[in-house]
Amino acid sequence: MADLRINLAGIQSPNPFWLASAPPTNSGYQVQRAFEAGWGGAVWKTLGEPILNVSSRFAATSFNGQRVAGFNNIELITDRPLATNLKEMDETKKRFPDHAIIASLMVEPKQEKWHEIVKRVEDVGIDGLELNFGCPHGMAERGMGAASGQVPELVEKQTYWVKAVAKTPVIVKLTPNITDITATAEAAVKGGADAISMINTINSLMGVDLDTWHTIPHVRGKGAHGGYCGPAVKPIALNMVGECSRNPHINVPISGIGGISNWQDATEFLLMGAAGVQVCTAAMHHGFRIVEDMIDGLNNYLDDKGILSVMDIVGKSVSRYSDWGDLDLNYKIVAEINNDKCIHCNKCYIACEDTSHQAIDLYHDATGLSQLSVREEDCVGCNLCSIVCPEEGAITMKEVEHTLPSMTWNERQECLKAFSTTAEIIGG
Amino acid sequence: MINVLIDENFEEVTPRLSKASAIEEANRCLYCFDAPCMRACPTTINVPSFIKKIASSNLKGSAKVILEANPMGASCARVCPTEELCEGACVLQKDEKPIKIGALQRYATDWLKEQDISLFKRGAANGHKIAIIGSGPAGLSAARELCRLGYEVTIFEAEKQAGGLSQHGIVSFRLPQEVVEWEVDQVRQLGATILTGKRVGIDVTCTELLERFDRIIMAIGMGEVPHLNIEGEKLEGVLDAIDFVKTTKQKPLPMNIQGKKVVVIGAGNTAIDAATCAIRLGAAHVKILYRRTANEMTAYPFEYEFAKQEGIEFQWLTMPKKIMGNMDGKVVGIECVHMNLMDCYDQQDVLIEVENSNFIVQADVVIRAIGQRRHVDFINEMNLQHLNGVPSVDPITFQTSSPQIYACGDVIYGSGYGDATVVSAVQQGKDCAYALHDALQQTSEIA
Ligand SMILES: Cc1cc2nc3c(=O)[nH]c(=O)nc-3n(C[C@H](O)[C@H](O)[C@H](O)COP(=O)(O)OP(=O)(O)OC[C@H]3O[C@@H](n4cnc5c(N)ncnc54)[C@H](O)[C@@H]3O)c2cc1C
Ligand SMILES: Cc1cc2nc3c(=O)[nH]c(=O)nc-3n(C[C@H](O)[C@H](O)[C@H](O)COP(=O)(O)O)c2cc1C
Ligand code: SF4
Repeated sequence: MADLRINLAGIQSPNPFWLASAPPTNSGYQVQRAFEAGWGGAVWKTLGEPILNVSSRFAATSFNGQRVAGFNNIELITDRPLATNLKEMDETKKRFPDHAIIASLMVEPKQEKWHEIVKRVEDVGIDGLELNFGCPHGMAERGMGAASGQVPELVEKQTYWVKAVAKTPVIVKLTPNITDITATAEAAVKGGADAISMINTINSLMGVDLDTWHTIPHVRGKGAHGGYCGPAVKPIALNMVGECSRNPHINVPISGIGGISNWQDATEFLLMGAAGVQVCTAAMHHGFRIVEDMIDGLNNYLDDKGILSVMDIVGKSVSRYSDWGDLDLNYKIVAEINNDKCIHCNKCYIACEDTSHQAIDLYHDATGLSQLSVREEDCVGCNLCSIVCPEEGAITMKEVEHTLPSMTWNERQECLKAFSTTAEIIGG
Repeated sequence: MINVLIDENFEEVTPRLSKASAIEEANRCLYCFDAPCMRACPTTINVPSFIKKIASSNLKGSAKVILEANPMGASCARVCPTEELCEGACVLQKDEKPIKIGALQRYATDWLKEQDISLFKRGAANGHKIAIIGSGPAGLSAARELCRLGYEVTIFEAEKQAGGLSQHGIVSFRLPQEVVEWEVDQVRQLGATILTGKRVGIDVTCTELLERFDRIIMAIGMGEVPHLNIEGEKLEGVLDAIDFVKTTKQKPLPMNIQGKKVVVIGAGNTAIDAATCAIRLGAAHVKILYRRTANEMTAYPFEYEFAKQEGIEFQWLTMPKKIMGNMDGKVVGIECVHMNLMDCYDQQDVLIEVENSNFIVQADVVIRAIGQRRHVDFINEMNLQHLNGVPSVDPITFQTSSPQIYACGDVIYGSGYGDATVVSAVQQGKDCAYALHDALQQTSEIA
């Protein structure tokens, strides 16, 4: 049994799986049930001035019959009185002293408001704070959430105000609705954040009803943009985590969030530099019990690899994530089709023929069965054929023997520059 | 009460897919390119295309893809031996089950059947008149294509109801009459005149047809079940399988099989249908006698499975020698012999009677199901060249020895084209219509 405990900027938890601040962490009853099920921590549903919600609030995309490929909401922060939440946090902490309880906060960008709420919540003995600079709807119109989160100066200033009074670690939760997330991440670090978490939801409109022409969801015939999350956003979130991890100016732990549905997704975030993860949609889709396999799967993975502690894998892939200009231009792979495994759907053929490099030949054998072969000289090694192939092992991408030494685009530019300078000197 | 129960036995056995399961199944389709299922369909329905349209809830488009290629797409969805055709060719055989192409085809065509829309239009009249003899799948299919091309089409049908064996032959618990009636209506709506109760050769002469019409398409199928040529065939209780199944295709259902011991002779598709009908009519016991074994029978494996599930007993290597009757001339049993099946020097196997192996099988009803005869007299009357009642046709144009007369469907089965199946008859009907059209265009009879 590997050691699954984590320490994220001083916040300890029995495993890296936390529930993100969202409906699953709305009340003490829910958070206690989650801890019973095995969750290591919970970021409480964001506290602030109680708000009014609308109905309906959620919608989801189905992809080819798969429900909840993506999920969206127009819900706001907690609609319960602060005192009630604080009382339940206190009770929960007493029942589960070893589990992490983090208070998510959102108030107007005023120093006294931040000071007031930080003091009140820290009095109940929570393990840390998460500043919600992320919600893209509702609160943003009031200058909170993403509205502050999109302006690096506001992120820095508010983090600074909180740090001035906070006794527990401060995590700053970032919005992805920004061109370069490292800008706001750096601002948080400058403001003194102990950690950052990402991503909050992405601006989205889930759909339009083809019969009524209303938006999905709608509130008495009117809609407003919501926040997108769920499996579909994982690659976006993973990139943002990776970009922050590899940035030398962002040297605080990261709590990874966005589309995590199982231990495998979580492990990818850990490898890409997250010291722990948070989950919302997957729990909303299936209930708290999903954490059982998250723990079990991660544990088996670490045991199989002979890794003693989950903290040992954190960031192990970060050095492999870099810029396009640092990729080797002389590395070449080509597709290889195994006709014995091929099920003859011919999807690779039509994909390459219509939309890639016309590198696959399709012919029929004497029995009329299709046979496929790759013309290696035309194959650019794009992976498309192997991506569309439904049969495991029928297409493999194999490396072609190197004939040239490694050369990145940056190195090539350097060479060219050196060459032209030499030429100038010689030509002089 | 019993009547109601028996009526239920003749309602369609397989339920329709629900919307959710249809979409789920449609999403499982890989959408192959140059799809093997499409190649395996005798009418080359673009299967991946119609399935993806189900997935996108474009049911009108889906039904159109099906019916464009196969005018009897709703029947075929139910009666095609899909395991041998499209589903047998589906690339998902190894770890996954093939896509339920037949069930999805039924889902889309059922949807259309319940709408009040017609997807096809009659072509601008070109002034040519075509007579089609027979309103089975082959005749209806040819008629639909000809109407779309602007021909004035008249179908002559001997029976009171149109539809051929789809109407009278294929059991209603697999192919309900209303499906066939809808398909017939579709052809009628395109302008074809369907004259039922008109047997060509009796109610109207061949000469008359040749005078009144520019071309004739003969889609007369096959005839009744041949005799066994053994003693006792005239006894009361000896039936022709096709006639017998036909009695189950109308209400009220026959009540005289209840509690009877039924023996069916033969092991082809018709034998299975007759046997399962007998069981569903309340027979006490149904047994199929076949000279050879399960390996040689012509019924499809899925039919064999279905029959066994229905409780039919199979007795292999058994040949009837004589049907026995009582004093009232009613069947009481069959005298049979055991057979021996031997491989002979790689040649066709040889059947030999086992000497002194005679035994008696009790029976109140004996149903002959040993194939179908040909309409030899009629073909002779039309003055067509034929081989054992199968008219000779040009393999490409479907023209008979008389250039005015074309033939398609079961009537030419055995001459090397197609199978005796609905889908094969439909494709031949289409091909025949196009060939006829080409020929008329070439002789510039059509401007
Ligand atoms: C019991 C049974 C079960 C079957 N089950 C299946 C199955 O599950 N799947 C499958 O694909 N196939 C099945 N078949 C075969 C299928 O029904 C035939 O292959 C198909 O109907 C052939 O179509 P057709 O148009 O050529 O002939 P038919 O359907 O036989 O139609 C011929 C029509 O011509 C009419 N006719 C004949 N002579 C004249 C005349 N002189 N004047 C006017 N009209 C005339 C007949 O009354 C008939 O209506 C089954 C057949 C039988 C008997
Ligand atoms: C492999 C690939 C390469 C692309 N290259 C470009 C590009 O060079 N320029 C551009 O404007 N968009 C490019 N795009 C984006 C597409 O134009 C399109 O905006 C995007 O794929 C979203 O559409 P879709 O997901 O609905 O297909 C590319 C997309 C893909 C998948
Ligand atoms: S890797 Fe890309 S270019 Fe090469 S064969 Fe496959 S699809 Fe074509």
